[in-house]
Amino acid sequence: FLSYLLFGHGINVDLQTDATLQVDISDALSERDKVKFTVHTKSTLPNFKQNEFSVVRQHEEFIWLHDSFVENEEYAGYIIPPAPPRPDFDASREKLQKLGEGEGSMTKEEFTKMKQELEAEYLAIFKKTVAMHEVFLCRVAAHPVLRKDLNFHVFLEYNQDLSVRGKNKREKMEDFFKNVVKSADGVLVAGVKDVDDFFEHEKTFLLEYHNRVKDASAKSDRMIRSHKSAADDINRIASTLYTLGTQDSTDVCKYWTKLFPLFSKLSKIEARVAADEDLKLADLLKYYLRESQAAKDLLYRRGRALVDYENANKALDKARAKNKDVLQAETSQQVCCQKFEKISESAKQELIDFKTRRVAAFRKNLVELAELELKHAKGNLQLLQSCLGVLKGDT
Amino acid sequence: MAAEMEPPPLGNAGETDFRELEDGEDLFVSTVTTLEYPEPSSPEPASLPAEDISINSNGPKQKDVSFDDDPEDLFAEATEEVSLDSPEREPILSDGPSPAITPVTPTTMLTPRMDLGAADMFERSLDEIEEDNNGDTFDIHIAVSDPEKVGDGMNAYMGYKVTTKTSMTIFNKNETTVRRRFSDFLGLHSKLASKYLHIGYIVPPAPEKSIVGMTKVKVGKEDLSSAEFVEKRRSALERYLMRTVKHPVLLKDPDVIMFLESSELPRAVSTQALSGAGILRMVNKAADAVNKMTIKMNESDAWFEEKHQQFENLDLQLRKLHASVESLVCHRKELSVNTASFAKSAAMLGNSEDHTALSRALSQLAEVEEKIDRLHQDQAYADFYLFSELLGDYVRLITAVKSVFDQRMKTWSKWQDTQLLLQKKRESEAKLQFANKPDKLQQAKDEIKEEIEELEGKVEQGEKDFELISKTIRKEVSRFEKERVKDFKAVIIKYLESLVQTQQQLIKYWEAFLPEAKAIA
Repeated sequence: FLSYLLFGHGINVDLQTDATLQVDISDALSERDKVKFTVHTKSTLPNFKQNEFSVVRQHEEFIWLHDSFVENEEYAGYIIPPAPPRPDFDASREKLQKLGEGEGSMTKEEFTKMKQELEAEYLAIFKKTVAMHEVFLCRVAAHPVLRKDLNFHVFLEYNQDLSVRGKNKREKMEDFFKNVVKSADGVLVAGVKDVDDFFEHEKTFLLEYHNRVKDASAKSDRMIRSHKSAADDINRIASTLYTLGTQDSTDVCKYWTKLFPLFSKLSKIEARVAADEDLKLADLLKYYLRESQAAKDLLYRRGRALVDYENANKALDKARAKNKDVLQAETSQQVCCQKFEKISESAKQELIDFKTRRVAAFRKNLVELAELELKHAKGNLQLLQSCLGVLKGDT
Repeated sequence: MAAEMEPPPLGNAGETDFRELEDGEDLFVSTVTTLEYPEPSSPEPASLPAEDISINSNGPKQKDVSFDDDPEDLFAEATEEVSLDSPEREPILSDGPSPAITPVTPTTMLTPRMDLGAADMFERSLDEIEEDNNGDTFDIHIAVSDPEKVGDGMNAYMGYKVTTKTSMTIFNKNETTVRRRFSDFLGLHSKLASKYLHIGYIVPPAPEKSIVGMTKVKVGKEDLSSAEFVEKRRSALERYLMRTVKHPVLLKDPDVIMFLESSELPRAVSTQALSGAGILRMVNKAADAVNKMTIKMNESDAWFEEKHQQFENLDLQLRKLHASVESLVCHRKELSVNTASFAKSAAMLGNSEDHTALSRALSQLAEVEEKIDRLHQDQAYADFYLFSELLGDYVRLITAVKSVFDQRMKTWSKWQDTQLLLQKKRESEAKLQFANKPDKLQQAKDEIKEEIEELEGKVEQGEKDFELISKTIRKEVSRFEKERVKDFKAVIIKYLESLVQTQQQLIKYWEAFLPEAKAIA
């Protein structure tokens, strides 16, 4: 199949959108403890009852869909698009609550301003979670095989609640143990040297790459947080300058009144810089952290299949030697062989596509990052120079 | 008329010196008489102490008129720098001499002096004019440098080099270098405060002690934070000295001059925090605070009421601003550290990336971020030394201003108390009149009369003191506000320029990176 690049939110690169199946999240509603996404589909495919329709889905239903892909043996040879992270408004909600409690201790202007800032923050997080969920669906819709999945169609079309409840404690524990077993197994499997150079290289590469992306993602988050804090400080400075401008009656007053709008705008620009870095750099790294994990999982499955195949081979040899259950062993070996070869074939293409996607996404985002940084730095410069001009000319 | 009315320019000019120091400061007795043109906004002659003046016996008006032309001739060669507009000249020529100076007779003073010293003196004095319409011609520059640790262990201290460059005549040399330690600076401030605070002069506060900071240095910790501490202190000491000498009165104080010039200075022991003097200071501070709460002054002067409130507001806002800027400095330092850490991580990522062009671009990104981290560091440095320290200085200065206002309150209170005492004595005197003890009566009456006379004198003095401190404060506040405008403007401009530089560098770095990112194929 052709290599495909996906439209999305800069995480994946745009390509001519496929008219046979287009999915997007047209609306979202944030309720007390959950988010309701309106999934909108446009399709010319015959298996849908209508050409255009919408359903409402919650986060758990996305997870159910993702997990159904992972558990499906047929898809063992594909990189399963990573599941979107859970919407997390806890921090924001906490801040909003604290603000409400502290309402009495600040001036009306301060309160309104802080409320607006928090609301903007909440909105930003909200937009991001919508984007993440949308990207997942788009990736699935663009995958030549996954797009045909029945569960996916049910997800898109069935306008009732899928009754997919979140995992209860026991199931979560089971998952936990499964993961432990898998990673232990994964280590064993990874230890097996692969005859195929391509996969051997990919294994080494992905292992290292994944760890480094994890580190870079964490460090970029920290850097951006400091940046946001600095922007907040500049904002506070602006507020105090404003108060000084209204109170001070001496000649210094005119400086305060000139500096207040400057610092106010500077703080907005700094906040924008931090937000853009978050979008273009941090989100990119986070996404590829998840995708590289999905790629690793693919390699694990192939490795598992390889081990099974080799074991089947050994079993067959033993059976032939003993001349007992040879047919059974032969069938078993054939099945393993087919499974392994099927996975290998699609895995190779998947990994090549992964690289193409990755390179394109990094290119797009790094270019946009640089362009935005330049735009903001030039904006800052212009503001500063014009203010300086006014101050200096004013003797 | 004109001839009679022609007091020697020097004599008059000499008199004008003391307009600033009406309370009989003896500063000029030992040093060369220097001239100072009072600010155009200075108080009128009417508020001068009413002393009998042998020279200027006529009313102000006549003097003004007659001196329009002659002074111009006399001063023409010497006074290139100052405009000879009459408004400026009037106050000089129309006030009387202060009692502290020996009035110079016209005849001896006139021509000979003019030829020799006067011209020089005028030139120099004009250099010293701090605030006049032609801009700042104040000429002294002090640098504090070369911090060096002297001694070892807990008795160690930091010695600083203090270099004074000036063309002013009150100094012996054009350039002097001495070595001083921190307690010397504190000692200087302590002396100045004790001399000038109670009469209403805003004495710039010295940098604060820091037991933690100093202990690290003493112990010999050669790390970044103690180097930063020493630099912070050095810069603060330099600003402190410059502020002190910018004050026209403090500049000429013999303690200041000795501090800047003498090679040896007596050790200021009373500045140690845990010394007897230190404890006494703390006790006094506490007592003052209590007194402040109990003195209820009837403020008859709206100006003081208004200014007091203004300074309270300013204090509050500046503290807030200072706190925000300190927070910014902290976060920028943090940002610098985190950016450096990210840069390393990005470099590692670039290394493991197997697509060549992307790998190169990621390494470039890492380099850009590394440069940016240094940029953030420099900016934090500027944030601190320009903006934050200025605000800190002004927060402390405003505390000094507020204490001067408090001194005025104390002076008023003292005057009122004396007045009350006088009243009581008068009442007891009246009572005595009606008492019936003839033998003791006369003696008691005489005693009381003496006491009353004494108190009357004190009351008069108290009133004068109060009016004087009020006047001084008005002048000081006006000077302070002017200084503040200049100071802030200069620093703000420098700070904005530092921000401009940062942005320009950022643009350079990202512009260099952009083609690298685009080259990813």
